[in-house]
Amino acid sequence: MTSTGPKTLFEKIWDTHRIDTGTSGAGLVAIDRVFLHERTGAAALKSMAAAGRPVRDPARVFAVMDHIVDTRIGRGDGTLMEGGSAFITETRAAAKAAGITLFDVNDPDQGITHVISPELGIVLPGVTLVAPDSHTCTQGALGALAWGIGSSEAEHAMATGTLRIEKPKTMRVTFTGQLAPGVTAKDMALALIAAHGAGGGAGHAVEFAGEAVEALDIEARMTLCNMATEFSAMAGFIAPDAKTFEYLAGRRYAPANFEDPYWQTLSTDDGATFDTEIVIDAASLAPMVSWGTSPQHSMPIDGAVPQGPQRAHQYIDLAPGAAMLGTPIDVAFVGSCTNARLSDLRRAAALVKGHKVADSIKKAMVVPGSSSVKRAAEAEGLDTIFTEAGFEWRASGCSLCFFAGGERFPEGSRTISSTNRNFEGRQGPGIRTHIASPETVIASAVAGVIADPRELAKESAQ
Amino acid sequence: MTPFTTLTSVAVPILRDNVDTDAIIPSREMKSTGRTGLAEGLFAPWRYSDVAARTPDPTFELNMPEAKGGQVILGGANFGCGSSREHAVWALVEYGIRCVIAESFAPIFRANCIRNGVLPITLPRADVDALAWQEITVDLPAQMVTAGETTHSLTIEDEPRTMLLEGLDVIDLTLKALPAIEAWTDADRTARPWVYLEKTA
Ligand code: SF4
Repeated sequence: MTSTGPKTLFEKIWDTHRIDTGTSGAGLVAIDRVFLHERTGAAALKSMAAAGRPVRDPARVFAVMDHIVDTRIGRGDGTLMEGGSAFITETRAAAKAAGITLFDVNDPDQGITHVISPELGIVLPGVTLVAPDSHTCTQGALGALAWGIGSSEAEHAMATGTLRIEKPKTMRVTFTGQLAPGVTAKDMALALIAAHGAGGGAGHAVEFAGEAVEALDIEARMTLCNMATEFSAMAGFIAPDAKTFEYLAGRRYAPANFEDPYWQTLSTDDGATFDTEIVIDAASLAPMVSWGTSPQHSMPIDGAVPQGPQRAHQYIDLAPGAAMLGTPIDVAFVGSCTNARLSDLRRAAALVKGHKVADSIKKAMVVPGSSSVKRAAEAEGLDTIFTEAGFEWRASGCSLCFFAGGERFPEGSRTISSTNRNFEGRQGPGIRTHIASPETVIASAVAGVIADPRELAKESAQ
Repeated sequence: MTPFTTLTSVAVPILRDNVDTDAIIPSREMKSTGRTGLAEGLFAPWRYSDVAARTPDPTFELNMPEAKGGQVILGGANFGCGSSREHAVWALVEYGIRCVIAESFAPIFRANCIRNGVLPITLPRADVDALAWQEITVDLPAQMVTAGETTHSLTIEDEPRTMLLEGLDVIDLTLKALPAIEAWTDADRTARPWVYLEKTA
């Protein structure tokens, strides 16, 4: 049913894509774009082929190798994960057979799905885009309705150009005021989840709004939307504005111009109501870091570890009341679809310049989010800044964000990571993960212990 | 897909909040691009005291003698959060689990359950807790969960209910609406021509 009266951005996109089949049941929603990666994509394509079902419109389906692809420079199809090459070769074969566009291991446009889709203008304001990957919500930063699905739903989307889906509830999260220096979009996301829980967005499509959101550049908006799935939301998105259209202009799959009136309608009308509203004062936020095993176990970096589930304290080996600052770490990682775009690497490089990774750190790595981010960073000399500081500089991929893509560390190793998940075992058996902004990763790598990036910034400014 | 009607089983409690799909099936246990060979890796980090040697951890609920043959597991809030990997549900199915009762579910996991004949039931936490280790009967046609003298009504939207009851292939179902989809697409091509791409590569 199409509603009348003032509408939210979500309702506008939903109504545009709703297909009336004349029968009752869940909504049939048209899907404009599908993105696959080698971890889950081959399974979906192979299962479709086995059922004799073609991809309905292959020109609007894309695939990339990002998850288990090796990130060491000079890579081929071999992977650090045992048996991982099969995912790559089978995805390649299945993509070819299905006639979809594939960005292969050493394609100049290869990169993490949610980094390259905006880079190439595949995701656009007002489209529906799905991928069998939970962080698809990242792409909502461009004003799209983008969400993660399972492999079976991906088959459904590719075979029919639609998904059957119940209409979610709507939520608006408004960040008022302005962020203080040293506080980033990552900290906004962690603060939201810490305050409202990892299930806080369940059943909702979440629009991020307010002064602090409008002030974010497009890449930072992606960081914020990236973590909507950590909030259990179906999707997270931000109304497109002049920055969005400027960002997309000239990108390969984007339209030649954005004059179509459709784009001017993509915002929440005055007077439209949401099922749930949350307001957060952005000015009050500090750099955040996770202390436990769920993103909801996050806290201001200069605080004391709060009381949480005993199991989480045990796993992470930090007692309630302990100071987070000064906790020794073994591994530092800047990467992932949350925080490995050019702007992230620029901020990280600016902070680390003239400093060295502490001797006690066993591994420090920067893995660019895409091959084009890598080239752009190298053109600016960022790679040299990182390697001179003691970081390894890698080729693009998911890498240490999850165990299958990365390397192995001894059980009990503690990492500071610009990624989005601090689950038990996410970065390997027994690994203790602290998620934070790239700035906090850099400051901690330099100090050898969890450290406040604002302090390092002060030092560098002197 | 196997239809779901009724089942009677012990309810095995895994009553933690935010049980994520990395815990249900760790990435390293997804060894092929297929949907099988996953049951052994189910809950591997919790089920085995030594994952490589596959040494069972006797303190993990699924390993307890009374869990034997259980087809229902109980969970806390936000069950199935994290990665979208459908392997989590495939692993559950291969192990023999047909129903998960939890305080709440992460959305992608819940949709994956329905696509694979696993019934996700949401109940208030106190009710979930009370079902632990009970012999329960889940009756989807009657929309009831019964444990001894206690019954709870089970709510699920019409379409997932029908899909589970009939074990429907959803893609076939949707393809029946192809004329409506094509008509919509033709109109949309005019309204939003920029959505439609020419095949380049
Ligand atoms: S970088 Fe991490 S979270 Fe992002 S898509 Fe890759 S594995 Fe998933």
